Amino acid sequence: MSAYQNIFTQVQVRSHPEAGVPTTESDDWRIGTPFFSYWIGKIGNAQIGPMHLGWTGIISLFSGFLAFEIIGLNMLASVNWNPIRFIGELPWLALNPPSIEQGLNILPPLNDGGWWLIAGFFLTLSVIMWCVRSYLRAKALGLGTHTTWAFASAIWLYLVLGFIRPIMMGSWSEAVPFGIFPHLDWTGAFSITYGNLFYNPFHCLSIVFLYGSTLLFAMHAATILATSRYGADREVEQITDRGTGSERAALFWRWTMGFNATMESIHRWAWWFAVLTTLTGGIGILLTGTVVDSWYDWAIAHNYAR
Amino acid sequence: MALLSFERKYRVRGGTLIGGDLFDFWVGPFYVGFFGVTTAFFAALGTALIFLGASQGDTWNPWLITINPPALEYGLSLAPMREGGIWQIVTICAVGAFVSWALREVEICRKLGMGLHVPIAFGVAIFAYVTLVIVRPVLLGAWGHGFPYGIFSHLDWVSNVGYQYLNFHYNPAHMIAVSFFFATTMALALHGSLVLAATNPGGGKPVRQPEHEDTFFRDFIGYSVGTLGIHRVGLFMALQAGIWSAICIVISGPFWDKGWPEWWDGWRNLPIWQ
Repeated sequence: MSAYQNIFTQVQVRSHPEAGVPTTESDDWRIGTPFFSYWIGKIGNAQIGPMHLGWTGIISLFSGFLAFEIIGLNMLASVNWNPIRFIGELPWLALNPPSIEQGLNILPPLNDGGWWLIAGFFLTLSVIMWCVRSYLRAKALGLGTHTTWAFASAIWLYLVLGFIRPIMMGSWSEAVPFGIFPHLDWTGAFSITYGNLFYNPFHCLSIVFLYGSTLLFAMHAATILATSRYGADREVEQITDRGTGSERAALFWRWTMGFNATMESIHRWAWWFAVLTTLTGGIGILLTGTVVDSWYDWAIAHNYAR
Repeated sequence: MALLSFERKYRVRGGTLIGGDLFDFWVGPFYVGFFGVTTAFFAALGTALIFLGASQGDTWNPWLITINPPALEYGLSLAPMREGGIWQIVTICAVGAFVSWALREVEICRKLGMGLHVPIAFGVAIFAYVTLVIVRPVLLGAWGHGFPYGIFSHLDWVSNVGYQYLNFHYNPAHMIAVSFFFATTMALALHGSLVLAATNPGGGKPVRQPEHEDTFFRDFIGYSVGTLGIHRVGLFMALQAGIWSAICIVISGPFWDKGWPEWWDGWRNLPIWQ
């Protein structure tokens, strides 16, 4: 039985690195010389690179770098430019949004949330450009754009937290600070302020999809690995021309729980569970403080708390 | 018979763990097996006890029904049925049903010539559950430290236990677990998207193969882990989420009984910063 378990790649074949399939346009801006990593090859493909850059990639990386630097330098300034204190206190350091007096002022003083707004702008630009990039790459290679729309769902939650909800509440101070412990403190305080987020039904849904996604990935990944000796990992081929790997994978779940997905539909389940995690999460955050002031009171009014 | 078109050739008797051909048959789409019978026994008994417990409570509102563990005063002893005994037997039934289910999965794997990844992965989930309702209560010396079985009552428990440690977000194992949950969900989105994108490239285009999938991800982020590798990565991350969840709760109380923010004073007071 141990031969069935397929934990690591036993034999790695080396030849010329794959250059990648040609794109449908003349946009062949691939950079880097591909190389192989033996240890990464134990888990997956050994080849690293090449990578496509393109204008959206450059803008994304550059603006992401700017946001990172603005956050880091503000944190460094907050410990009086002392590098030792910077490392020692890093988890506690923050770049905070503007104070409540600033309201939605788009040009607050730099040391009262101005830097936070600038960093947020560049981080948002970076994330959106990376999302656009996923669309352009999919189109150039003649693939569907599913990655882009899933990414958009994550951006929705990010924008609700840092942009849409603060605007609806009338103050940037409602937004999440940058920083490790500071963003955790924000999360804890947010829940307490609005009567325990566990009573927010959209938070419930988001958690269900988060845990459900993890459960689905465990179930799916374990099933594919367990049937990999029948070639089930060549999923697209199994979708278009079902083989015994796909059949056994389906029958395993049919016999276990009376229901099975197909090799294609399991990926639709996966996509929707993951996408709905941030979609419902964003709705839950957006309703908090804008529509509902206390989820606990709301739950009592709707007969699911006492 | 609920047979799929290709199913008949796979429905072969034999290959059970114990009992020979006892219960070695199918009911509708379900395989039964010896462990299917034990699963049904534990699940039916546990569910009936939950209804019994609910009938002793003051509500039939499904959001509010709760089966509570015994009071802390009972320690690790058996409690009277109405004072937590039902919770204790339901817990036994739950563990019995989960373990039976895992062993039934092993039998199905053997029938289908598959690896044992699924029952092993399920075993990690059982391990996390057992950590929560058996290991930690035993370490703390009372079944009352288990969590209540109810939809919103178990959320209240999570909330209350979290605030006992002031801010549970500061628990380092909790940080790791949450990171794995988020990362697993993101990886699932990326994997699901990639397969759907290759299979559904849009009108008039041929279905794409793994060469296109690899090229997309190399173009996108500089690396494609590959069709087999993504499932190794996904399974690893999903199981880490469960394992670190178990660790983060079992260390809370038995190994650290102060607020979790305080734990980081150790880092703050390292001699190298002084």
